[in-house]
Amino acid sequence: MHKGKGMKFVGDSRITAERKPNIPKDYSEYPGRTEAFWPNFLLKEWLVGAVFLVGFLCLTAAHPAPLEGIADPTAAGYIPLPDWYFLFLYQFLKYEFASGPYFVIGAIVAPGLAFGGLLLAPFLDNRPGRKVSQRPIAVSLMLLGMASVFWLTYEAAEHVNWEQRAEENTPELPTEVEIDEDHPGYEVYQNNSCIQCHGESLEGGAAAPPLTDIDHSVDEIKDIAQNGIGDMPPGQFEGTDEELQQLAEFIVEVNESGE
Amino acid sequence: MLQKLYDWVDERVDITPLWRDIADHEVPEHVNPAHHFSAFVYCFGGLTFFVTVIQILSGMFLTMYYVPDIENAWRSVYYLQTEVAHGQIVRGMHHWGASVVIVMLFLHTLRVFFQGAYKKPRELNWMVGVLLFFIMLGLGLTGYLLPWDNKAYFATQVTLEIAEKVPFIGEATKTLLAGDPNIVGAQTLTRFFAIHVFFLPAALFALMAVHFILIRKQGISGPL
Repeated sequence: MHKGKGMKFVGDSRITAERKPNIPKDYSEYPGRTEAFWPNFLLKEWLVGAVFLVGFLCLTAAHPAPLEGIADPTAAGYIPLPDWYFLFLYQFLKYEFASGPYFVIGAIVAPGLAFGGLLLAPFLDNRPGRKVSQRPIAVSLMLLGMASVFWLTYEAAEHVNWEQRAEENTPELPTEVEIDEDHPGYEVYQNNSCIQCHGESLEGGAAAPPLTDIDHSVDEIKDIAQNGIGDMPPGQFEGTDEELQQLAEFIVEVNESGE
Repeated sequence: MLQKLYDWVDERVDITPLWRDIADHEVPEHVNPAHHFSAFVYCFGGLTFFVTVIQILSGMFLTMYYVPDIENAWRSVYYLQTEVAHGQIVRGMHHWGASVVIVMLFLHTLRVFFQGAYKKPRELNWMVGVLLFFIMLGLGLTGYLLPWDNKAYFATQVTLEIAEKVPFIGEATKTLLAGDPNIVGAQTLTRFFAIHVFFLPAALFALMAVHFILIRKQGISGPL
């Protein structure tokens, strides 16, 4: 860059008034068949990128991203699994020598040594030779590390029935029902003992199941209200026939609104 | 017309040196798959960057629908997946890209390792690269929770339990990540969301810039 006396600037700025020519370097003087990145090599890279993108989009179209049901903290039987690239750590922490009293070894010391070693590889393997044959220790440690990661991942994934997991956890939109509290049937529901066990929003309770997501007809509900079902004793309903009809129609309507 | 526009900008901000720095660099014969097919191993770094760009773009579009809230997170993903035009493709790209980027990073790391390309004077760039790998794993870990489905919830619970058991700093770390010493809930989701879309990407961009500037300054390692 030109410096010192005689420099000309654009206006009062620090941009030099002297224009540099915008021409590429000449790569013919470079060793071997060196190519310029712009535009020669970039075009080829672009093609590789396009082929890669097509393959990637095929994968995306063929296998939609999985989604399980909405998180339910009360689902006690659910067996958690991390994403596949954490499976090796997950598996490692299952072993006796890496869990319980040895947790610190399994979760901190061992991964810390492995990843710390990876981070500091240039200082641990600091001799100038680059060939694989010139650095047997570094290369064999890496091969050992790779073999353990592959093996641990295989061990973790082998016992999982992926298809069954996917089937058991299909996403379902939770049904939302609308409770029309102005419905004459709701008044009947309130005035009889129904509300005490089945709840204000038909959500059910300790003594009775919810009245949403049920598959009964008006007549069946009328029968249940008078004669009971399961743990529900008969004679719970004490209103007129007209009220009974309103009540049953109300419950059916609520269930239809959730579909 | 374009030339005039370029000259107009160039006169005012002197962009030619900057442009020549970006465009003018050599591609030596030994890394060029057009001359030696085995040189395709040098593509893994570039492909990692390519998938990272896919992740950034698809992630930006996902945030147009995603709601980081325990009531609506899952519903917004379900809606995106079932109702929004091409929503399934965009989410699919982000989901599969998260796996492909790890595979590409792994291959790129192996290429550099087995060629001993991290040796003097490239030690710093290797360390920056390993840090980038860790950040990518962190992005995978935090992104896993965001759909708020069962596998997300329970996997995160396990992760936080592991973090909690770390001596001395464990409980503080768990509280920092989850927002509460005991509950995995609304706070956890917003924190993971913030970490996933602001904190980690910021670190990722900064380290990527360093990674690329160092490559340009030092040049690609020579043939073995």
